[in-house]
Amino acid sequence: MQYKSQAVAKPYFIAAIGLFVGQILFGLIMGLQYVMGDFLFPAIPFNIARMVHTNLLIVWLLFGFMGAAYYLIPEETENELYSPKLAIITFWIFLIAGALTIVGYLLVPYARLAEFTGNNILATMGREFLEQPLVTKIGIVIVALSFLFNICMTLLKGRKTSISLVLVLGLLGLAVFFLFSFYNPSNLVLDKYYWWWVVHLWVEGVWELILGAILAFVLIKVTGVDREVIEKWLYVIVTMTLITGIIGTGHHYYWIGTPEYWQWWGSVFSALEPIPFFMMTIFAFNMVNRRRREHPNKAAVLWALGTGVLAFLGAGVWGFLHTLAPVNYYTHGTQMTASHGHLAFYGAYVCVVITMISYAMPILRGRAANSNTAQVVEMWSFWLMSVSIVFITLFLTAAGIVQVWLQRYSDTPMAFMAVQDKAAIFYWMREGAGVIFLIGLVTYIASFFIKGETKAAA
Amino acid sequence: MTTDARNQYEGLPGDFAIWIFILAEMLAFGVLFVAYAFARAHDVALFNASQETLNRTFGAINTMVLITSSYFVVRAVNAIKCDLSRDCAWWLGMAWLLGAVFISIKCVEFYDKFSAGITLSTNSFYMFYLALTFFHFMHVLMGMIILAVVIVKARRGGYSSRDHTGVETAASFWHMVDLLWIILFPLIYVIR
Repeated sequence: MQYKSQAVAKPYFIAAIGLFVGQILFGLIMGLQYVMGDFLFPAIPFNIARMVHTNLLIVWLLFGFMGAAYYLIPEETENELYSPKLAIITFWIFLIAGALTIVGYLLVPYARLAEFTGNNILATMGREFLEQPLVTKIGIVIVALSFLFNICMTLLKGRKTSISLVLVLGLLGLAVFFLFSFYNPSNLVLDKYYWWWVVHLWVEGVWELILGAILAFVLIKVTGVDREVIEKWLYVIVTMTLITGIIGTGHHYYWIGTPEYWQWWGSVFSALEPIPFFMMTIFAFNMVNRRRREHPNKAAVLWALGTGVLAFLGAGVWGFLHTLAPVNYYTHGTQMTASHGHLAFYGAYVCVVITMISYAMPILRGRAANSNTAQVVEMWSFWLMSVSIVFITLFLTAAGIVQVWLQRYSDTPMAFMAVQDKAAIFYWMREGAGVIFLIGLVTYIASFFIKGETKAAA
Repeated sequence: MTTDARNQYEGLPGDFAIWIFILAEMLAFGVLFVAYAFARAHDVALFNASQETLNRTFGAINTMVLITSSYFVVRAVNAIKCDLSRDCAWWLGMAWLLGAVFISIKCVEFYDKFSAGITLSTNSFYMFYLALTFFHFMHVLMGMIILAVVIVKARRGGYSSRDHTGVETAASFWHMVDLLWIILFPLIYVIR
C-alpha cells in the first residue's frame, strides 16, 4: 500500500461483501416464492423480499464504489486522503442507516414505516428501487456529499489523471441524479419519466464512467501498459457511453404515455449502447495481451477480463435483445427484463467491484497477492458465480419467451398467473442455479481465510 | 499526446481519439438515416407532402455555406503548415463566421416551422426533420466552440508547422459536420 489512508477502503469492502451475502439470501427466498407462493409468508412477503434483494444490491455496490474510490484516489492523486477520519465516520453512518432501513422493511409494515419516517411531509416512497424512507434518502445525500467533499479535496491538492477525473465525474453524476428521487410528481407519466433519470442514468450512464475508471486503474496496475494508451481508451469508451446512454433513456419511454418519437430515439440510441461495452471487452483483453509484466495477482486479472465479457453479454447483448420498440412491445415487463437485469448487474457492476476488491484487498492486508491456493479458490468462486448467473439468465430468458408467447403474442392469450404456472420448471431451475451461486459466494469468502505462502509485500 | 502514441496512428490527421469520436457520430447518424428511410417507405405520400413545406433555397444556401467553410478550414491547416499563425487564425475565423451564418439561417427555418405549429409529434416526417436537423445544429455549435478555442490558441502562436495537431483535430471535426449536412440536405430536403 503506497498511502496509509488507502486503508479506509478495507471496511467498505468488507461491508460490501457482507451485504452481498444478504442480497443473495433474499434472492433465494424470493426465487422460491416464485414457485411456492406462501414460503415464509406472512413473515417475509414477496414484495418485501424483492425490495430487500434490490436495495441491498444497490447499497453494497455503493459501498464497493466508495471503497474503490478511497483506494484509488490517493494512489492516482499521489497524496494522502483529505480526511480518513471523515471517511470512517461516513462509513458507519451509511452502514447503520442502511441496516436500520432493511430492519425497518422487515419488521414494520411498509405503510407504517412511511408514516413513521415523514413520508407525509414529502412523499418519496413506494417507487421501485427508490423505496427508502425519506430519512434514509436524506442520509444517502449527506453521505454522498461528505464522500464527494473528501474525494474532491484530495483530488484538488494532488495530481489530476484522466482516471480520477472520469471517476469523480461519474460519482458526481451519481449524486446529482439521485436528487430526482425526491421529485415525485402526482402525474404518473411524469413520475415515471423522472424516475428513470435516477434508475437509467445511473446504470446506463454515470455508473459506466465509474466502471470504466475502476477497470482502467486495475488494468494499469496489473498489466503495466502505458497510462497514455489506457486513458485514451477510457476517453473513447466514456464518450460512446454518454452519446448512446443519455438519449438511450428513450427505451424506457415507449409505453408510459410519453410522445411517440421516443420509440425512434430510444430504439436507435439504445441499439448503439452495446458498443461501449464491446469496446470495454476488447480493451481489457488487448491490455492484458500487451502486458509488460506478470502480476502475481492472477485472480484480479481474471475478474477484470470477466467484467469485460459478462458486462458485454449482460448489458450489451441481453439489453439489445429487447431494446427495439417493436420487440419491446411484446417483452416489456416480462422475465426478459429480469434476465437482462441479472446478467447486466453482475457482469458490469458486481464484477468490477470484485475486481477492485480482488486487486486491493491483498495489498491492504500487506502482500502483493494472495497465496496460490487462495487464488485458486477465488478463481473457482469466479467460475461458480459467473456460470451460475449465466444459467439464471438463460432460465429467465426461457421463462420470458414462454411468457411472451402464451400471454402476449398468442391469438388466445392466457392469464398472467396461468402462464406463471407454465413457466414453473424454469423458475425451479433458476432457483437451483441460485444455490450454486450462493456456493460460489461462500467459496469466494472462504478464499479470504486461506493461508499459504504469500508473495512479498507490495 | 506524446510522439510515441502519435506515431502509432500516423496517417490520420489530428488526434486519434477524434477519429473514434467521428466514427461513433457517423454511426449514430447513419442509423438515423436508415431509420428515416424505413419510416419513409411506410408512408411515401405523407413524407412527400410534408417535404414540400421545407424551404429548399435555405437548405441549398446552407449547403454552400458549410462547403465553403470547410474550404476555409483547409486553408487554415495549410497556413499553419507554413508557420503562418495569423493566417491560420484568420481562415478559421472566416470558417467560424460561416458557421454562424448557417446557424442563423437554420434558426429562421426552425422559427418558421414552430410558428406554423409544427412539433416533433406532428407526423413522422417532421419528427425526423426536426430531430436530425436539430442534432446536426448542435454539432455545428459544438464545432464552432472547438474552432473558437483553436482560433484563440492560434492567435497566441500556440501552433507551428511542427505541432499543429489541435488545428487538424478541429478541422477533422468540422469536415464531419459538413459531410453530415451534405447527406442530410438531399436526403430530407430534396430526394422524393
